[in-house]
Amino acid sequence: MIGFIQQLQRRTPLGWLQLSHEKGRLLVALAGIAFADVLMFMQLGFQNALYDSNTRVSRAMSADIILLSPKALNLQNLSTFSRRRLFQAKDVPGVQTSTALYINSITWRNPQTRLNATVQVLGFAPDEPAFDLPEVNQQLDKLKLPDTVLFDRGARGQYAEAIAQVEQGKTTTTEVDRRTLTIAGLFSLGASFGADANLMVSDQTFLRLFPRRDAASVSLGLIQVKSGYNPQQVAAALESHLPEDVRVLTTQEYLQFEENYWRTASPIGFVFGLGTVMAFVVGVVIVYQVLSTDVNAHIKEYATFKAMGYSNSYLLSVVFEEAIILAFLGFIPGAILPLGLYALAANATALPIYMTASRAVFVLVLTVVMCALSGAIATRKLQSADPADMF
Amino acid sequence: MAIAISVQDLNHYFGQGQLRKQVLFDINLEINTGEIVIMTGPSGSGKTTLLTLIGGLRSAQSGSLQVLGQELCGATPQKLTQARKHHGYIFQAHNLHSSLTTLQNVKMGLELHREIPPTEMKARAIRMLEQVGLGERTNYYPDGLSGGQKQRVAIARALVSHPKLVLADEPTAALDSKSGRDVVNLMQTLAKEQGCTILLVTHDNRILDVADRIVHMEDGVLKRNTASPVG
Ligand SMILES: Nc1ncnc2c1ncn2[C@@H]1O[C@H](COP(=O)(O)OP(=O)(O)OP(=O)(O)O)[C@@H](O)[C@H]1O
Ligand SMILES: [Mg+2]
Repeated sequence: MIGFIQQLQRRTPLGWLQLSHEKGRLLVALAGIAFADVLMFMQLGFQNALYDSNTRVSRAMSADIILLSPKALNLQNLSTFSRRRLFQAKDVPGVQTSTALYINSITWRNPQTRLNATVQVLGFAPDEPAFDLPEVNQQLDKLKLPDTVLFDRGARGQYAEAIAQVEQGKTTTTEVDRRTLTIAGLFSLGASFGADANLMVSDQTFLRLFPRRDAASVSLGLIQVKSGYNPQQVAAALESHLPEDVRVLTTQEYLQFEENYWRTASPIGFVFGLGTVMAFVVGVVIVYQVLSTDVNAHIKEYATFKAMGYSNSYLLSVVFEEAIILAFLGFIPGAILPLGLYALAANATALPIYMTASRAVFVLVLTVVMCALSGAIATRKLQSADPADMF
Repeated sequence: MAIAISVQDLNHYFGQGQLRKQVLFDINLEINTGEIVIMTGPSGSGKTTLLTLIGGLRSAQSGSLQVLGQELCGATPQKLTQARKHHGYIFQAHNLHSSLTTLQNVKMGLELHREIPPTEMKARAIRMLEQVGLGERTNYYPDGLSGGQKQRVAIARALVSHPKLVLADEPTAALDSKSGRDVVNLMQTLAKEQGCTILLVTHDNRILDVADRIVHMEDGVLKRNTASPVG
């Protein structure tokens, strides 16, 4: 190892000298790699935002175990099951509370623009807090008034003025069908791909908004486990206690279930995955172009080195040195630019798009692989550097 | 005196099957250590081919070819690469690396020799450049040098590692007579200082006087193998 480092110290950094001697070519290469990196970051960022945003409501639920209909697909397509299962659940040892959650989408009039918009309504009994959101739980009393709602600050769409109005304490109203709703308070959850905005209401208000839903058919059951009990074991007990017409999942399993839906059943995960692959391929092509041009430009010099006694593997190492230098130098602008683009995208879409360390490492690894792959293809041309043609 | 190069019954063919064509016929040549031998001959007679075979740039096909005590006929590519490390080459074209400075180019001739520490590599490269009269130009790139200067850098690169054998293919062809003369004198002095053997191909009659011996190639056959009239 020490010997290797000593060899490295005495070695002329040929790859770097070749790259830096051709400033124009180097800049083109770095721009290309940065471009590929930015594309990858955006694709992966959106993909992650999709999974994050779609489980945000579920992650805020205050529950250890969640009951749902076996027909449920995702939060926007939950179907319903009988409320009696919630009462029955209370017989299982370890169950502390079991609360009903009613969820449905509704078209309301945007209080600011007066245009129709679809929002997701979450209804629950104000006596039994369904969410781990302190802001919501402080305003439960407001929900006890009929046709009163709490509104999501992170909603997608033109709501800024309406939100400012509520924040100043002014009464803000809007309509659903011919019913007048009062926005009495705010909370922060954020939009998702499935829903532009969330409304919190009492179960009573919910049933008034959806006359065709009845109190006995619930969307989700939120179960809290007594301290000292293992949610996994309680879930197993519930599973065997309750009939087949209800599904029992721990909260963790439920989050996976939802994420899995978006990953597999929706095309979105595939689209963003494909986008990342395309960006990678674009990067390989660009770096290959640069490296093979470089090898061609230096083929005489390489043949000379061979004639001097340098081995093929030495020349390979020069091309790979170039590949690795390109990867790291190109990654710097390729990782900085997305920071700004993420902020822009987060503003425009109200989705949680942000840089994570693990994604940065992942893209760096992809960049190195991308450049090494291009380097490996480009080195095939080295074989044509024949020292016998040099004399 | 020890023998540096010993060629016996060497034949060489280019091409395959119908196109197979013999370019070297029963070559026999012995060169002693420290000798300067010049090879002349018309274009296409096979001089470069013989030089590339002796230099280990091509693998010899038949006969025997002993260079610095190593049999190169039928040698593996690895063995040829290894053998080349002990030769100094001077090409007809300078073949310097355009992205490297004069100093870096000369250092490339030393990097192969792992026993030389980095500080000594630099010192030796600078000393070598001073000897070829380019001590002031160590940080120039080849593009900034004249043809003769480039050829002198190439000579410095070939000789800096003190090779036991120097092979040169028309090193003065691209130079005017004055710089050509300088280059040859330089090779002669350095060779005498370092005690190495030189085989030099040239068409240039004005430099024949540096040779201890002149051999003449014609149509793939070594015609004359005599001591030079001067040496
Ligand atoms: N790679 C090759 N493939 C086929 N034939 C070749 C090859 N290289 C050289 N030859 C042929 O071999 C013969 C000898 O070539 P060589 O290059 O050794 O001549 P030379 O004496 O060096 O000539 P010059 O003085 O012009 O450099 C020529 O007829 C040439 O056409
Ligand atoms: Mg020739």
